[in-house]
Amino acid sequence: MPTQANYAAVDGLHTFPRLLFHHARVRPNAPAMREKYLGIWQTWTWADVADRVRALACGLASLGFKRGDNLAIIGDNRPHLYMMMSAAQCLGGVPVPLYQDAVANEMLFVLQDAGIRFVVVEDQEQVDKMLEVSDQVGTLEHIIYDDPRGMRHYNQPFLHDIHELMEMGRIHDRNHSDFLTAEVEQGHYDDVSVMLYTSGTTGKPKGVCQTHAAFIAAAQGGVQVDKLGADGDILSYLPMAWVGDHLFSYAQALVAGFTINCPESGETVMSDLREIGPTCYFAPPRVFESLLTSVMIRMEDAGKIKQKMFHHFMAVAKRCGADILDGKSVGLGDRVQYWLGNLLIYGPLRNVLGMSRIKVAYTAGAAIGPELFRFYRSMGINLKQFYGQTETCAYVCLQPDGQIKFDSVGQPAPGVEIKIADNGEVLVKGPMLLKEYYKRPDATAESINADGYFMTGDAGFLDEDGHLKIIDRAKDVGKLSNGAMFAPNYIENKLKFFQHIKEVVCFGHDRDMVTAFVNIDVGAVGNWAERRGISYAGYTDLASKPQVLELIRECVEQINADLVHDSMVADSQIHRFLVLHKELDPDDDELTRTRKVRRNFVAEKYKVLIDALYEGKANQYIETEVKFEDGRRGKVAADLKIVDAKTFPIVKKAA
Amino acid sequence: MSKKIGDVILDLQNISLRFGGVKALTDISFDVRQHEIRAIIGPNGAGKSSMLNVINGVYHPQEGKIFWHGNERKRMEPHMAAQQNIARTFQNIALFKGMSVLDNIMTGRITKMKANFIEHALWFGRARKEELEHRKKVEEVIDFLEIQHIRKTPVGRLPYGLQKRVELGRALAAEPSMLLLDEPMAGMNVEEKQDMCRFILDVNDQFGTTIVLIEHDMGVVMDISDRVVVLDYGKKIGDGVPDEVKNNEDVIKAYLGAGH
Repeated sequence: MPTQANYAAVDGLHTFPRLLFHHARVRPNAPAMREKYLGIWQTWTWADVADRVRALACGLASLGFKRGDNLAIIGDNRPHLYMMMSAAQCLGGVPVPLYQDAVANEMLFVLQDAGIRFVVVEDQEQVDKMLEVSDQVGTLEHIIYDDPRGMRHYNQPFLHDIHELMEMGRIHDRNHSDFLTAEVEQGHYDDVSVMLYTSGTTGKPKGVCQTHAAFIAAAQGGVQVDKLGADGDILSYLPMAWVGDHLFSYAQALVAGFTINCPESGETVMSDLREIGPTCYFAPPRVFESLLTSVMIRMEDAGKIKQKMFHHFMAVAKRCGADILDGKSVGLGDRVQYWLGNLLIYGPLRNVLGMSRIKVAYTAGAAIGPELFRFYRSMGINLKQFYGQTETCAYVCLQPDGQIKFDSVGQPAPGVEIKIADNGEVLVKGPMLLKEYYKRPDATAESINADGYFMTGDAGFLDEDGHLKIIDRAKDVGKLSNGAMFAPNYIENKLKFFQHIKEVVCFGHDRDMVTAFVNIDVGAVGNWAERRGISYAGYTDLASKPQVLELIRECVEQINADLVHDSMVADSQIHRFLVLHKELDPDDDELTRTRKVRRNFVAEKYKVLIDALYEGKANQYIETEVKFEDGRRGKVAADLKIVDAKTFPIVKKAA
Repeated sequence: MSKKIGDVILDLQNISLRFGGVKALTDISFDVRQHEIRAIIGPNGAGKSSMLNVINGVYHPQEGKIFWHGNERKRMEPHMAAQQNIARTFQNIALFKGMSVLDNIMTGRITKMKANFIEHALWFGRARKEELEHRKKVEEVIDFLEIQHIRKTPVGRLPYGLQKRVELGRALAAEPSMLLLDEPMAGMNVEEKQDMCRFILDVNDQFGTTIVLIEHDMGVVMDISDRVVVLDYGKKIGDGVPDEVKNNEDVIKAYLGAGH
């Protein structure tokens, strides 16, 4: 693909091994990797890493690893495992990282599918898994392990300590000193650099083959947008098999030349984070949430004066912090207050969180609540969202500095083209697209259309500033009877960010308006009711209180006011809703075990309520059978009041 | 298992211990071989802990002889046991609750420190170099026991199972040739017991440490011990490999209380 070459051919550094040896030449004494070992951070410089990679690659070669072979990599983030990735790539092989917490049988499919002959693992635990399935895999020839602990009594000839492999490699290198250089020279940007298996929630996992050019392009784009330099530090703690870790800890680290830091163990990540103070940090939303919760809980134990100060300056930050970070104009008074707050509160708080040096923090993987997102940004932490799939090197959209919207995933990244299909599906094209699914030409053909666009399966739209908003899985998106798009998940997620609302089910496909069932959060609303002296007897009673309905109506109207600004979803304002008399429950088959709404089942079960919503009735009597946790059955009956919510006129923008 | 059980290193002959008129131990003889895991079991009040305290030099038996590496041992104090590379843990955890895990384990190195009090207080001269060396050793123990995440946590804030592990860590920090464990698994849940078993086996296997342990959980004892000695009312009623002991009628009687 010519576009790929354009991106990758900078200075002839168009494969990862070339990049590695380039850094070893240019900045031999700069730190490339750190790992905390026996309580002390150990550092490998780029020269050290290159030297070890060279030894490991030659070692692999002397064991018979050849161009085109796949190397399975299983374990926590360890410097040696990252080095093995490079070693395999030096020889024209393909590293295949696997999720380390999977049981042996789950690994079996990937090991078979990729025809694995060589596997490098972290420790005894993973060695045992490999021994368990080695007969079934059939092709397995050599197992290399990093940590020798507990391996004393394993004497199978196909087991190798990684240091032993390095020693073999050094001997090989002495005898054939031109070998490795020649192998690296043979590497081409269009070769597959890594194979990442998709999680396979639907059907069998598929191996996504990504070329050197694709990942280098993705990494360069990211480095350029967020200005990541060689002086950066990143904490590498997410699974190596996940595309995000491969992008940040491998591709970007090699492109930009910054340092990756491997935590001591999974349980020490938080304290390691504080010690390293990374400049770039990734975490899923729930990690940011639990960090915030722990801060708030500790704040409650603080003294009166500190609490007062904290709340005062947090209010200041809420008012102007995000704007200051975005470089917007803020009044002098607020600026002075924020400066003072930074000195007294935000700075120390960032330090406690290990985020003093953060230039950019990313989150992705799930929707992040706007409050949470704003909290971090207002404190001066440049938290951003991004969007991408395994098939696109996790590189489709980025949020450029100064243009952060919490409900969008940002603008198309450099080199990426985005097109919205007629059904709302997001199509992407660019240098970062997958080469193919491993041995699955059928799946490859299905996922890339005739024009060369990859079909993401997500529905979304571009807003007036060209920011992409992801609204739903494409298959869940319907249409209102006037033809406007209806994305139930998008609206539901917006409502669920209110603490009083636990679950929402929206209806509207083939209808003239959108309506909703709401489940209140009995904890939050109960608390709210208590403070107002509203007495209630249980969920059903609480849910039917007029004050509660009023509370929920305010939430719905707030969302309506919000929706009207987006021309794509303005028609999806919620006109009528009701608060259900019982909580949706997996025991009653209304939710899946992972607590996702079974939309069609709910629609059928509560058909009478849906009819009432659309027939304009003011209330509807319903009786529902419920299963209790002990297996008994009972009935819940209620006369539900249907509430009309205010909708807002759609302002059509002059085109 | 490739481990080699060596010669007798501790030989107890006809030990009797009395507290006033109460006979805690009566005429007990058994030996401990190098590199083995030797269990002492018995019902409550059988004299197990007393036995351990005799080995450790806390109690001094009125009768009997103790041979340590072939030499008869004269009256011994506990700190001498420590100098002879015998370390122990306690039935009820005896850690410094307000100190961090790291500091607690560091105390296990005290007998190995040579610098004097002044040097330590001012952290100069030998003390500085020494502390770094000891810290390294302590970190190895922390790594071995997989407690990196609580390195800086005060011991008092830890759950019971972890405290037990820290106590084992302190004992290990002394690099003992013999380790005495007084009910290392008491009060633990199944998972914690499994972990502890693995650590005991690993210590024995990797460092070749001889282990004498007291334990109530018969399943655990029978699984991990090389030989077992059974006490009841201060008397030895059984001694041998686990299978032998399991089928010993006196032992069955003592445990099931049948046939009296």
